[in-house]
Amino acid sequence: MATTVHTPSPATTAPHQKEHAALRRLLRVNWLGGAASWIWLALVIVPLYWIVVTSFKQQSAYFTNNPFAPPTAPTLDNYRLVIESDFPRYFLNSVVVALGTTVPAVLIAFMASYAIVRGSGSRFLGGVSGLFLMGLAIPLQATVIPVYLIIIRMGLYDSLLAIILPSIAFAIPLSVLVLSNFVRDVPKELFESMRVDGASEWGMLWRLAFPLTRPALVTVSIFNGLTVWNGFLLPLILTQSPDKRTLPLGLWTFQGQYSVNVPAVLASVVLTTLPILVLYAIGRRQLLGGLTAGFSK
Amino acid sequence: MALPALGMFIVFGVVPLLGVLALSFAQWDGLGSIHVAGLSNWRSVLSDPGLPHALWVTFLVMFLSWAVQTPLALLIGVFLAGHQRYRAVLAVIYFVPLLLSSAAIAITYKALLDPNFGLGPGLHLGILTQDWLGKPVLALGVVIFVVSWQFVPFHALIYQGGVMQIPASMYEAAAIDGAGRVRQFFSITLPQLKYTIITSSTLMVVGSLTFFDLIFVLTAGGPGDATRVLALDMYKRGFQANLMGPASAIAVILVLVGLGLALLLRRIGGSTSDSQLEGA
Repeated sequence: MATTVHTPSPATTAPHQKEHAALRRLLRVNWLGGAASWIWLALVIVPLYWIVVTSFKQQSAYFTNNPFAPPTAPTLDNYRLVIESDFPRYFLNSVVVALGTTVPAVLIAFMASYAIVRGSGSRFLGGVSGLFLMGLAIPLQATVIPVYLIIIRMGLYDSLLAIILPSIAFAIPLSVLVLSNFVRDVPKELFESMRVDGASEWGMLWRLAFPLTRPALVTVSIFNGLTVWNGFLLPLILTQSPDKRTLPLGLWTFQGQYSVNVPAVLASVVLTTLPILVLYAIGRRQLLGGLTAGFSK
Repeated sequence: MALPALGMFIVFGVVPLLGVLALSFAQWDGLGSIHVAGLSNWRSVLSDPGLPHALWVTFLVMFLSWAVQTPLALLIGVFLAGHQRYRAVLAVIYFVPLLLSSAAIAITYKALLDPNFGLGPGLHLGILTQDWLGKPVLALGVVIFVVSWQFVPFHALIYQGGVMQIPASMYEAAAIDGAGRVRQFFSITLPQLKYTIITSSTLMVVGSLTFFDLIFVLTAGGPGDATRVLALDMYKRGFQANLMGPASAIAVILVLVGLGLALLLRRIGGSTSDSQLEGA
């Protein structure tokens, strides 16, 4: 039932594309924009290229060679040094924190979005929604001192759970905002017909709203996952032992230890970024489409 | 069904928000017991010349990063909207800086800009061989540049999405009326992007309050306190000097700045939405 409603008919997209063709024609001779775009592309690529090239150089070669020349004697020593430091451990911690935050955060945000959209008349749910919106305006990092206190009092200081719990809370406002926009787009008739068939709200949540908002759920998950994966402040203040470090924190301490060994530091940058780049290659369409659609709405 | 999310948000969002206000009237070293301190934190923070300086740096970073990013992102976004073929290629690479952690980016630029072993001396380029992070003005410039490096592509993509939603018929009508490309940009593209500009600016402005990671790793607030923004000031007072009370007072100011900006931007957004309706 859900599939028949959701497939877009080709007839509605055709004139849309024709309009874009006309728009493209009109925008074509934009030299200034073109120049800016390509210059910026170079500006983005040059440091990235330099990171990768340098990470394969020997430390002695780094100081003497042209920085942009490919390494004359490529070496994996830098990567070996990074892996033999505690990076596998940091990686594992980051995976645990990212998954442990994203999955529950998106699920409870989705449930809340559903409740807010379905119960739009309720004053209580209106208040809840307003509270989350307020959360968007407040720089949540300003609350880290009491969060630190709460975590200490809960006896969770210096554990991965200490990072996960506040991260879930911080992820909720934006997730609810985006997801409720998409839950709102689910046609009301579908809810009605499922209700007639005897479905409960809980059943409709999972069997109707969940599949229909799946693209938004994936986008929100990627966005939250990325934020937590790259998060620095919470791990910095809520943990202290080396074996609880996540990747960004590990990077920072590694850089402090090996600051003279630039190739090794850059190898650590490459290694910590590689998993995200792989995921990006797989889920790029989803991420780009979702984010731009979400923010240009 | 809203309860789990509400509960989490109250415990780790609302309670800390009220807690930070309470702690700003308390004395706490981060480990021992907490004592009531009355107004002494506020008195010391408000009379400390460090506060106006941190506020100034925060607004400077906010304004400059906005002023640099917006025209560039707008220009690139408009270009990308017109070129499907390049767009796909550009968008893939444009997005990469956004995937890197601020820590990784800061570490990279620190190495890249090193006056002895960085890019400048490596290429024997005098202009690039500067003590980038050692001079106050240069360090601030580097922060703005790195922020732009990371976020211009993202905002360009937002603008590109906005431009794609402008009906082509408007451009056709303008072309028939004899409006040139520049005129079209200022009379159609820019006004039609009003919402997009507000969204993008809001993200930039509110986001600029969260540049903590980047600045912390890149300059640690230095040289001296040239790049010591509010968030960094809070961290240093609280977690390095163990003065959680004054740090909480700074945090309250940070919250007020954030809320004030959000209200301001909302007001700007609200007034434009009215004029939008009149036009339609």
